[in-house]
Amino acid sequence: MRRTLLWTYGALGLVAVVLLWEGYKAIGPADGVVVGAVEGERGSGFRILPRTNDRSMPHLWAMVARLFAVTSPGDPTPMWLSVLQAALVTLGIAALGLAIGLVIGSLLALVMQSWRIAEWGVLPWVILSQTIPLIAFAPVMNSIGVQIDKTIMPWPQWLSVAIIASYLAFFPIAVGALRGLQAPERAHLELMRVYAAGGFTTLRKLRIPAAVPYVLPALRLAAANAVIGAIVAEVSMSMPGGIGRMIIGLASQASTDPPAPWSPIFGAVAIGLIAAGSVGLLGVILRNYRRGEATA
Amino acid sequence: MSQFATKDVQAPTPAVRVVGVEKTFGRRGKAVKALLDVDLTIAAGEFISLIGPSGCGKSTLMRLIADLDAPTSGTIEVFGKSARQARLDQDYGIAFQQAGLLPWRTVLKNIALPLELHGVPYAERAARAEELALLVGLGEFRDHRPDQLSGGMQQRVAIARALAERPRLLLMDEPFGALDEMTRERMQNELARIAHQSGAAVVFVTHSIPEAVFLADRVVVMSPRPGRITETLDVPLGEERPEGLRESPEFFERVTAVREALHGAPVRRAGEA
Repeated sequence: MRRTLLWTYGALGLVAVVLLWEGYKAIGPADGVVVGAVEGERGSGFRILPRTNDRSMPHLWAMVARLFAVTSPGDPTPMWLSVLQAALVTLGIAALGLAIGLVIGSLLALVMQSWRIAEWGVLPWVILSQTIPLIAFAPVMNSIGVQIDKTIMPWPQWLSVAIIASYLAFFPIAVGALRGLQAPERAHLELMRVYAAGGFTTLRKLRIPAAVPYVLPALRLAAANAVIGAIVAEVSMSMPGGIGRMIIGLASQASTDPPAPWSPIFGAVAIGLIAAGSVGLLGVILRNYRRGEATA
Repeated sequence: MSQFATKDVQAPTPAVRVVGVEKTFGRRGKAVKALLDVDLTIAAGEFISLIGPSGCGKSTLMRLIADLDAPTSGTIEVFGKSARQARLDQDYGIAFQQAGLLPWRTVLKNIALPLELHGVPYAERAARAEELALLVGLGEFRDHRPDQLSGGMQQRVAIARALAERPRLLLMDEPFGALDEMTRERMQNELARIAHQSGAAVVFVTHSIPEAVFLADRVVVMSPRPGRITETLDVPLGEERPEGLRESPEFFERVTAVREALHGAPVRRAGEA
């Protein structure tokens, strides 16, 4: 019952977006609204409402129809297939990034939980690491990747992209897992002491299971971050094959083929949904670890 | 009655020996004397109730015996060993006021937790958990999780868990404190039966006078500021404690005696029904 309601709300949200887009397109002026424009001076003033012509705001059905047309005059592959291929590449990179982020984030959390002094020493750096803008860091990572001797270790560009994705993904996991590992109440910790359980046993039987409700939301954030990180890194490293590059490539054709850039954007949305959905599925699998103990 | 047999019923040494124990919390200046000059010997198989107002140190004393805290001075022996060694050897089972069950584990898995931590083989601990679930009347709820149980049921699981390793000593810190009166009396009957059948020594912290008298062979009365033992009263009401005992004059007589000891003066019987 509640499930149906949630799905209904979700569908209503989608309908609302469609209505807003097409509604504004129907009633808005074709050239938008500009205030404070100086007569005869091009590009002056502020545009407070966007243009509604077909070049700026293609009809939704045009976007959908574009998915089923050929990718480009020189490429007979249907657009949806090209988008799917690119999306799979990016999804794979994001998944790898998330996996690396999960390992590094969990290890950091374990170290910080085990040694108070490590928490004081490491946590500020973990937080600081997230203030470095991704577009500044991505080219650096790229040039490091290029310099790695290919004879010792193959270092494809997608690995650099995955590292960038993991750089965004590890943060929520580290913070969430640390909170989770520290979550067990005193009574439970004393119980483990009563049973003469060592640190590792306490970790395995108490801290890790107790951390699940904290790690799951962190993982959802991390998954979204990994997708964003992968797409942005693809763009700033000019890595071909992924959805990021496709967005940039098709955006440059927007003036001649306005609905085209929307195809890879749909692809990016789909990747995000798959990432969030996978974490949701994980939550269902681990549901027994998300129970609260009813108070007596 | 093999299911109730303890590790060693006829232990020659006392279950617990507390000599000259003092416990101070905090540093000099703001130090609080939680326990002062406490001496107490509990024989093997003896049921002791610790009673007193809040802040009298009864829970602290139990925590010292359990080696969850260390005394500031004095010695504590459990079965002739240091409290720490007794904890490492798993010589006691313990139940707190809060059930403290792990919410992700089923009833059976919660009961089996200590066995699991100590490497008891799966089949053996499953059988033992099953047996204990029946003992505390939760056979039907074996695969439920704590959030599906009432407070009383959770507490029964905690008690079953405390019994899992057939300890010769049971430490209980107001285990029935959060229960309603009816459940509470039923649990007391169960505990009296279990304690009698298992032959384990019990240290039972409570602030209910009838509860202390109904269960114990000896009631140890404590008073606060500083926490100390003011009186020890024998409760010669026999080995078994049937439900009917609650209505008997001997029972009321002991209740009155404990109440007088607690208040430090004779109490008029007018309030008694």
